[in-house]
This record gives sequence, C-alpha cells and structure tokens, in this order.
Amino acid sequence: MTPAIELAGVSRLFGAVRALDDVSLAIAGGEFFALLGPSGSGKTTCLRLIAGFDQPTTGRVMLHGEDVTGVPPFQRSVNTVFQDYALFPHMSVVENVAYGPMVRGVGADERRRLALEVLELVQLAALADRAPSQLSGGQKQRVALARALVNRPQVLLLDEPLGALDLRLREEMQIELKAIQQRLGITFVYVTHDQGEALSMADRVAVFRDGRIEQVDTPRELYVRPRTAFVARFVGSANVIEGALARRLTGSDRVFAIRPEMIEVRGSDEPVPGGMLSCEGTLEEVHYHGATSRWHVRVGEAVLTAVRAEAAAAAVIPAHGARLRLAWARESLVPLEER
Amino acid sequence: MPALRAAAAFLHGRRGFYLALLLLPPLLWLGIIYLGSLFALLAQSFYAIDEFTARIVPEFTLATYRQLFSQPANLDIILRTVAMAVAVTAAAAVIAFPVANYMARYATPRMKALFYVGVMLPMWTSYLVKVYAWRLVLAKQGIFSWFLDVFGLTPVLDGALATPVIGGPSLASSYIGMFIVFVYMWLPFMILPLAAALERVPGSLVQASADLGARPGQTFRHVVLPLALPGLAAGSIFTFSLTLGDYIIPSVVGAPGYFIGMMVYQQQGTAGNLPLAAAFSVVPIVLIAVYLALARRMGAFDAL
Repeated sequence: MTPAIELAGVSRLFGAVRALDDVSLAIAGGEFFALLGPSGSGKTTCLRLIAGFDQPTTGRVMLHGEDVTGVPPFQRSVNTVFQDYALFPHMSVVENVAYGPMVRGVGADERRRLALEVLELVQLAALADRAPSQLSGGQKQRVALARALVNRPQVLLLDEPLGALDLRLREEMQIELKAIQQRLGITFVYVTHDQGEALSMADRVAVFRDGRIEQVDTPRELYVRPRTAFVARFVGSANVIEGALARRLTGSDRVFAIRPEMIEVRGSDEPVPGGMLSCEGTLEEVHYHGATSRWHVRVGEAVLTAVRAEAAAAAVIPAHGARLRLAWARESLVPLEER
Repeated sequence: MPALRAAAAFLHGRRGFYLALLLLPPLLWLGIIYLGSLFALLAQSFYAIDEFTARIVPEFTLATYRQLFSQPANLDIILRTVAMAVAVTAAAAVIAFPVANYMARYATPRMKALFYVGVMLPMWTSYLVKVYAWRLVLAKQGIFSWFLDVFGLTPVLDGALATPVIGGPSLASSYIGMFIVFVYMWLPFMILPLAAALERVPGSLVQASADLGARPGQTFRHVVLPLALPGLAAGSIFTFSLTLGDYIIPSVVGAPGYFIGMMVYQQQGTAGNLPLAAAFSVVPIVLIAVYLALARRMGAFDAL
C-alpha cells in the first residue's frame, strides 16, 4: 500500500545548521504516528515540511504517492493544529471553524452547518458564537482541532497540541484525541517532546535526535528494545551500562540498557539466585512517587535507578549511604548499538 | 533620611494621592495648554465680526457658520481639501501596505532597521526645504519631466497635465503635483503605524490560513487586512488630518485654488476675521470625527 506520507532523503539546512539530516520516513494511512524528540531535534521542522510551510533543502516529500515537494500549503490535503492554536482573533468560534470551507467557496449556510457538525464532535457547539478571546486554553485547543478537521483532511498534523495545557486536561485530551483519530480513521502526525504522550497515544513513534531519526518503532518495541543509548534514556528513562561496569558484569565491551523496573534491590549480604547478575552500590536518593519509588544507587562511576512497587518495598527504607545489592536477570539486559 | 522615609511611607499608604501627584502636571498641561486653547479657538467660531468696526463681538451667534456655508467659494474650498485628503490617504495606504508588510513580515532584522531609518530619514529634514525642493523637481524643466523624457513618457505627462481640473501648465502648478508632494510628505505617517500593526499579527495565523486552503490573496483579504485595520485607521487619520490642515504645500506647489489651511491662515492673519478662521478649523475636526465613527462602525478597531 502506498504510504500516506513519505519523506525520502530529506535534509533542511538553516545556514550551516542541519535541522534535518537525510531523514527518510514512511507513515501508513490511518496511523497515529508520533515524532518524538527534545527541542531542536528536528521534529517540528519535519512537520513543517509535510505541511508545506517550509521546503526541504534536498530530498522529496510525498503525500499518498504524489510528490508535493515545492507545493504550497494551500494546495496540500493536510491540515495542522498549531501549538499556539493560531485562532483568528477577529472571527467567532464558528467562523474560525468555517474558514476552510469559506475559502473553498462553500455557501454561508452550508459552511455553518459543516462547522457546527465538527464543533459537535469536539463538544463545543454550545460556544459557537463566542470570540476566541473568551475561551479557556482547553476550549481553544478544541476549536483549533475542529478547524483543522472541518476540511476532512486525510492527514492531520499536530504540533505539540497539548503543550500549553495543565496535566489533568492534557490527559483528558490525549484520550479524546486518540478516540477522534480512531473514529475518523485519518492519519495523525503528532509532534511532542513528552515520551509518555507519544507512548500512550501513538501506533508508531520516530525518535529524533540532532536532525536524525534514531529509531522508528511501536511504543512497546521502543521501550522494550531500544536500539541506542539515547532512545533507552529518552523513552524509557533506562539505565545505560557501559565501560568498566559492563565489562565486569558481562565480560563484553558492548553497551547495554536495563530498565529500572527490572532491577531488584536487596541487602548487601542477601544471596543472589543463580543466573542473575548483580553489583553492589550505595544508596544516594529515594524519590517517592506514590505507587512506586525510584531508588538511585551509585555503583562505581555510574548511578543506576531502580523502581520498586511501593507494596513490595521493604517497610523500612535504608538510610542514605547504605550498602545495597542490585540484581537483575541476564536476559533483561538489552544490548545497544554503538554510537 | 527619616523624613524621606516617612514621606515614602505616607505616599505608599495613599495610592490615590500618589497617583494624582504624578498625573497632575501632565494632565494640567494637556488640559489647559492643549484642550483649553483648542476650546478657546472653537468658542471663537460662535462669535462674529462686526462688519463696520471689524471687531469681534463676544456674543453667541451662528452667523459665522452661516457665512461659511452660504458662500459657494467656501464650499468649494472644503470640497477641494477633502477630495485631496481622501486621494492622498488612499494613495498613501496603497503605497505603504507592501512596504509595511515587507518590513513587518519578511525583512531580516538588519534590513528592517535599514527600512525604518529610510522611512524616517526624510522627516529629519526641514519641511519647508522639502516643499521648495519639490517645486523645483516638478517644475516645467525640472528633473521629474526630464526623467520621464528619458523613458519617452513625456506624452503621458502632457496627457495628464491636459486633464481638466487636476492638470495645469506644469506639475509644479497643478493639483497632480500637489498630490505627489502631499503623498511624499505624509507617507511615513502611514507606513509606521501600519508596520506596527502588521508586526502584531502572528505568523502562525497566516500559516493557518494557508493550511486551511486559502490562496495568498484570500489570506490577505480575510486575515492580514482585517487585523491590520487599526494600523490603517491610525495611519489614515494622520494623512487625512495632516492634509486637511496643511497650508504650506498648497501655497508653494500646485494650482491657485484655496485649501482650508490657507483660508484659516488668511482669515486670522490678513483678513483679521478670527471667528471665520475658527469656523474653518472646526471643519476638519468634524470630518475626522465622522471618519472615525465610520471606521469604528466598519469594524476597524474590533481587532484592538
């Protein structure tokens, strides 16, 4: 099947800065695809190239198999939800949503009907005649979504759409966005720097770093089998074991990732079952998170983090500086590619 | 300094008093010097001059206004001035918009600074020098006609000058020439507020419009222009009122017909008819008030 979006060897240079460096990517129709990375990693540039706000220095952008490199945004069948919402301040909510049909020449009654229909979808029909300035952040977000959906695009681009919302609202909107995507069956390309958001919503995630893609995979694969140390740390907050410690534990010079929840914490004198790797360290900090707590333990040069379920945790937390033994199954070490 | 501290504490506890203390001097200045003198002038228009003694009779009368509006020559002057102000404002807006849009949206910071200096540079020179320079530029044998001749455009100029009413023997002695000088003179006053308004329009709105399928012309009409209207209104008030009130340009460049500013100058000076001069100067004030009301009704300030 022809991918909905395809980037082929795309680079974007700003002067000497490579915002995107030879990126190739194929996104299937109907997929919820996240572009994840820290700020300045190229994910937003990537989105702007798909929308047509920017053109690649080299390489090609294709939508549904059609080369759209150089085609201006108003001739592309994609729509965007902007980070700052970009609602037109001189128009009411319904006029904002009806803007797409309006510039396409749809009559006044018909476009109002279309707009109200989409506003219904985002549960804002009651506020149709308000001005954008009278809306809360979450409501503006829904209007921006409705406005981008009214043209029935095959691809919807979302640029950190929940970035300005508070945590609770963000979680609500995550569920709602996912539901809308599944209901309409359109392709979502979702830019975010929040790995939790990417993992919980997306079918597949591309992890960006310094203008390149580190790994493209399903959230589960990314989490369970990160390919590089960067992905291991950024996506799963995993421990990266390298150098002397890796040599001592595994006898190899490779780099490994171990997820915090795979590490057991024992007393320094407790026996370790056969087949498990272990090392000794001193407790530096314990961060309490309610259901779990994170234990930071110094082992030589490295600080390893272990997550313990609160229910299973020892009733007494050892004092800082206590000697502890960290142990994990050999299979839970994930070998990483050298970078 | 315990005394100073006590004074500070006293003021801190009485915000209203502190505010009044700060605002009083500028308010007095604005109230008495600016508005006071303006109202004193306007009050003059409700007096009339005694025809025999040529002295002002300080009694309320509408005789001066009757005189103003009953004489066809005066109506001609008002009409001529308003027509020129409208034409100058429209031309300034058309020329200023692309310049301001470039400055606000596309220019690099360096280019933008260069443009701001370029727009304001002419204002650093004496106004009179510029007007007289333009008279020479537009003269029959001046640079302007020479320049047109180089490109073989003399017939176009001759045709324009042969047009009734706005034409004349040369650019320097026609309304076309006066119009050119007016537009030149007030253009910065249109560009600057317009550029300021356009700078406040977020780039993401323009992108959103294109994203939703609007062609560049549609984006301009539905997004950029409505949001720039307050700037356009501010700029046009400058160009409109400056043209309505000016008396130097019409007396140095252009056809001999009178303008409101010249009338005010003459009535309060040589003719000594202060009430009529005052009545004449009420005309632009009323016109601008009407213009503002219209602009407001058309939604020019909705985006503020």
